[in-house]
Amino acid sequence: MRRIHAPADALYAAVVGLLGLIALAILVGPVLVVLAVSFTSEPSLRFPPQGFSLRWYAALIDPAQSGHIHEAALNSVTVALRAAGVATLVSGAAALWLRTRSGPAGRAVDLAFMSPLVLPMLSFGLAALILLTTIRVRPTLFWLSAGHLVVVAPYVLRTTAASLSQLGQPLLDSSASLGASRLYTFRRITLPIIAPGLAAGAFLAFMASMDNVPVSLFLSSARTDMLPIRLWGMIESSLDVRVAAASGVLVVSTTLLLLAMNRLVNLSRRISR
Amino acid sequence: MTAAASDLRAGAVARLRLSPPEWPLVAPLGLIFVGFFLAPLALLVWTSMHADAEMTRLGPESWMRFLGDPFYLKVAADTLLLGLKTVALTLVLGVAIGLIFLEASPAQRTALLFIIILPLLLSVVVRTFAWIVILGSEGVVSNAALALGLTSAPFSLLQTELGLIISLAQIELPLMLLPLLSVMGRIDPNLLDASRALGASRWRTLWRVILPLSAPGLTAGCLLVFASSTAAFISQSVIGGGRLIYMPLVIWQQSIVVYNWPFAAVVSLCLLISVLGVIGVIHWLGRRVRA
Repeated sequence: MRRIHAPADALYAAVVGLLGLIALAILVGPVLVVLAVSFTSEPSLRFPPQGFSLRWYAALIDPAQSGHIHEAALNSVTVALRAAGVATLVSGAAALWLRTRSGPAGRAVDLAFMSPLVLPMLSFGLAALILLTTIRVRPTLFWLSAGHLVVVAPYVLRTTAASLSQLGQPLLDSSASLGASRLYTFRRITLPIIAPGLAAGAFLAFMASMDNVPVSLFLSSARTDMLPIRLWGMIESSLDVRVAAASGVLVVSTTLLLLAMNRLVNLSRRISR
Repeated sequence: MTAAASDLRAGAVARLRLSPPEWPLVAPLGLIFVGFFLAPLALLVWTSMHADAEMTRLGPESWMRFLGDPFYLKVAADTLLLGLKTVALTLVLGVAIGLIFLEASPAQRTALLFIIILPLLLSVVVRTFAWIVILGSEGVVSNAALALGLTSAPFSLLQTELGLIISLAQIELPLMLLPLLSVMGRIDPNLLDASRALGASRWRTLWRVILPLSAPGLTAGCLLVFASSTAAFISQSVIGGGRLIYMPLVIWQQSIVVYNWPFAAVVSLCLLISVLGVIGVIHWLGRRVRA
């Protein structure tokens, strides 16, 4: 019976294989290209790069030339740590509350908290700028962190809710009927079960904040420059090869962080669940 | 039940009843959400109802200016079309990867997930920058076409819609793949074997078994890709250059360069509403396919 479909099945394998290859090339190609170009010895972005050198990395490290990039990177890390840290606390707590509320009200609250993932955050960025101007405060790193917090909170909520789904009510009931206080139950049962989810969420929130453009675009200024906005400015004004070196640093550090998180909390599995 | 056990049970029940209320758990995120998400968005609506850039009087003029100008309506239509085209491309590429994922061994699946998640975590600015190197006139595509004799002169795909959609596909593909693979990973392999054993070709198995079972993942992926690609300010402005204009660029120009906040607010709200509208349609389509 299989014979009948032999030509069609061969075509299927060819089409799926070809499209899959194109998809993988589109996914991975740019990462490799940007790494290769960062080692060029020329002041141009030609590919394949001409010659090998570390001059753009040296230029990137040099505080005299690239001090403003360092400052922007430091601001981004500061904001990302604050936003991810607070998001982990408040979203983790909110996930505990949402766990027992599967009715329409609970679902509506959950949908509202998750909405920053789908709504155009550029609109929110503008709205946040208008709010700060209306209440007459200068957008400092504090306000940038607050803006990022709203955008990255859903990541923690999602990963924590996923790990909470493994926490059965009987487990909590038996802990209570054995005389454990709620705090003790939380410390000894709930927390160990959700800890990997919290960690994965905190990591995703940190990375999302580091990469945030829509909010930083409106809330950052010369004084509170953020890394993605600074790099974007460098791309728009002149095709500075230091952007390639900065990209190389980001590629390597992101890869290492992802490897570490995979080892610690099996991140890949967790976000593809 | 013995007296001791009953005592213990009563104690547990009492403890449960005396337990503190749970709402403080959700209060912090709720307050942050209301104060720093809903309040600004309400203020955005209020701002959009002002007639002039100085916000001295209320009036529908900002809305009329957007809705009555064919240029801005075309920008809006282009933005939504860009989103739909990106969804179409990522859908085809995503399903192809999904089918490979279905037949992959556990070790291959782990590697594939790594390849999908790494670009997702990598900065959008870095990925957009990479596409400049690839699509430019001295870039990979142009040089390869020259070497293969497909073209006689170097060419650039920058500032073209095709170039923008290809680069957006790279940025959005992980968002399509994560929900899709999670649903596809749960398909019972026996169903595929059964379909084959009953004489279905692989195409028929794809159409009648795999895709219907993947519908929830496909819907979720399409939603995320559409929402993200219509608002992808960096890619749209860097790859599209000044030549391709979409709503995010108009929002940025009107608010940061021209300082016309009411008009920027109008464009922001139109982007928000139209994205929500299309998401509603995709959601509805997804449910119809499943039903």
